[in-house]
Amino acid sequence: MNSFLSFVKKEFYHIFRDKRTMLILFGIPIAQVLLFGFVITSELKNVQIAVWDKSNDITTNQIINKITSSGFFELRKIIYNEKDIEPTFKKGKIREIIIFEEKFAEKLSKEKTAKIQIIADASDANSANMMVNYTKGIIADYLVKRNANIQYPMQIITKERMLYNESLKNVYMFVPGIMAMILMLVSAMMTSISVAREKELGTMEVLLVSPLKPIQILLGKVTPYLALSIVNAIIIISLGYFVFEMPILGSLTFLMTETILFILLALSLGILISTVAPNQQVAMFVSMFALMIPTILLSGFIFPIKNMPLVLQWLSALMPPKYFIIILKDIMLKGTGLAFVWKETLILTGMTIFFIVLSSKKFKIRLE
Amino acid sequence: MTQTPIISVKNLNKKFGDFTANDNLNFEVYKGEIFGFLGANGAGKTTALRILCGLSKPTSGEINIAGFDAYKQTELIKRHIGYMSQKFSLYEDLTVFENIRLYARIYGMKSKEIKEKTTKILDELNFAHARNKKIKDIPLGWKQKLAFLTAIFHNPKIVFLDEPTGGVDPITRRQFWDLIYKAADEGITVFVTTHYMDEAEYCDRVSIMDLGKIVALDTPENLMKTYTAKNMDEVFIKIAR
Repeated sequence: MNSFLSFVKKEFYHIFRDKRTMLILFGIPIAQVLLFGFVITSELKNVQIAVWDKSNDITTNQIINKITSSGFFELRKIIYNEKDIEPTFKKGKIREIIIFEEKFAEKLSKEKTAKIQIIADASDANSANMMVNYTKGIIADYLVKRNANIQYPMQIITKERMLYNESLKNVYMFVPGIMAMILMLVSAMMTSISVAREKELGTMEVLLVSPLKPIQILLGKVTPYLALSIVNAIIIISLGYFVFEMPILGSLTFLMTETILFILLALSLGILISTVAPNQQVAMFVSMFALMIPTILLSGFIFPIKNMPLVLQWLSALMPPKYFIIILKDIMLKGTGLAFVWKETLILTGMTIFFIVLSSKKFKIRLE
Repeated sequence: MTQTPIISVKNLNKKFGDFTANDNLNFEVYKGEIFGFLGANGAGKTTALRILCGLSKPTSGEINIAGFDAYKQTELIKRHIGYMSQKFSLYEDLTVFENIRLYARIYGMKSKEIKEKTTKILDELNFAHARNKKIKDIPLGWKQKLAFLTAIFHNPKIVFLDEPTGGVDPITRRQFWDLIYKAADEGITVFVTTHYMDEAEYCDRVSIMDLGKIVALDTPENLMKTYTAKNMDEVFIKIAR
């Protein structure tokens, strides 16, 4: 037991004395959460627009006022002819142009229709779509308010409610995603690199010749990263909770239990990789391609799984982070317990056992 | 010298698929001697060394190390041997003392004993000032000496050295061999692989391997006589060609 403890102590020395490792362990998680929280947002804010108002009457002015006072748009330029449209977009700052037809107010009151053309810079398709929809919404709202005293013969009223994320906050999506990603990074990648490093330096041979049993060497490698991953999980959850007001409706103990299950899974994957990788570069490369990229792309973290082609959907079913993200969201946003996520939990447990058995077999073969 | 065998190998074979790395090896190493294990690269000496250390399993043969059977009693063997690999076995980011303490702990030594023995050893080498220096900050020659001292710190019956002096200058190599002699005087059997032939002359007995077989085994003096050679270099060239 003493020999095992001194081995674990040595692992902690390696981690705490290496600035790069410390940066990956604690810098990246915090930076990621803050980055995703503050920078990456799919909401519209202060989009710069231009207006070509051929009519310039009370109605057009009212509409322009309503659009610019919404907070989503900022009027930056008035243009007077068609030739100005393209150059305006090409400069890159202005991303939408609104064109009112001639005699707008007159046509609206006499003919009951008037036309507005909305031109958007669709080099970023998603936000172009959003800008146009927001503009249309504001214009429609203007019309409704103006016709407030007119009675329609019938009416259908829709009321929306976004359950579990009432204000459609992005943070609810990315906190679970980042958690899965960081735990993969810390547990799997760092463990595989640290085992590969011992192989590369030749110290692994000396350890294998020593009275330490292979299982003790593996556990000694894994223990520090288990502890640090738990610390990391706590940091991410706290940042989400205190900085971005991500709720935790379910049991915190259950949340941590599931998190530890996922960490164990990632650690066993890390050991599996290290049994295959002869050096640190390969270990890092394999972890990157086999773990990190699928975690980001196929787990439903960024791209919804339901919109993927069928083949990729099958592939994503093999990705452990997918289930972990589902479990996290259920616990944090819906406040559910094991009764609702037992299936995902079972899958993760099965995967963990599978990888542990496989990697311990591989480790033995390597000793031959 | 008392001729008690501490390593005895009978009919050792090791095959990797169709390739025979060790072809029917037979030898004994006596207690307290410095046994040189020579051969060109790829002759099979590292394979044999790995088997003796328990890093690899033989295909067939009888092996007894320090009185223990290499098939059934590997755990007991591990407690009684030391090992120094071609690469350094010390951690660059740990200090001299931390490295020694780690390995000594792994071999079950007590804290107090470790501290006292470290002080004694470093004092003898005039190296006490480096006790708390990190390994990466000390010169190459010292790293190698420390790796050797760490390998014998727990007082093993046998120490296995796998090409321990690769890449260092002749003076440091000479100093390194002084440490080996000292260990042998204290009763530790030294099993060393090398391809420096001048080093072979420092050994009590040497075996020369070629293509997986032991082709010669005797004292350096006798080998030079048998092959009418001036030095071990010539012996080696005559045998291996």
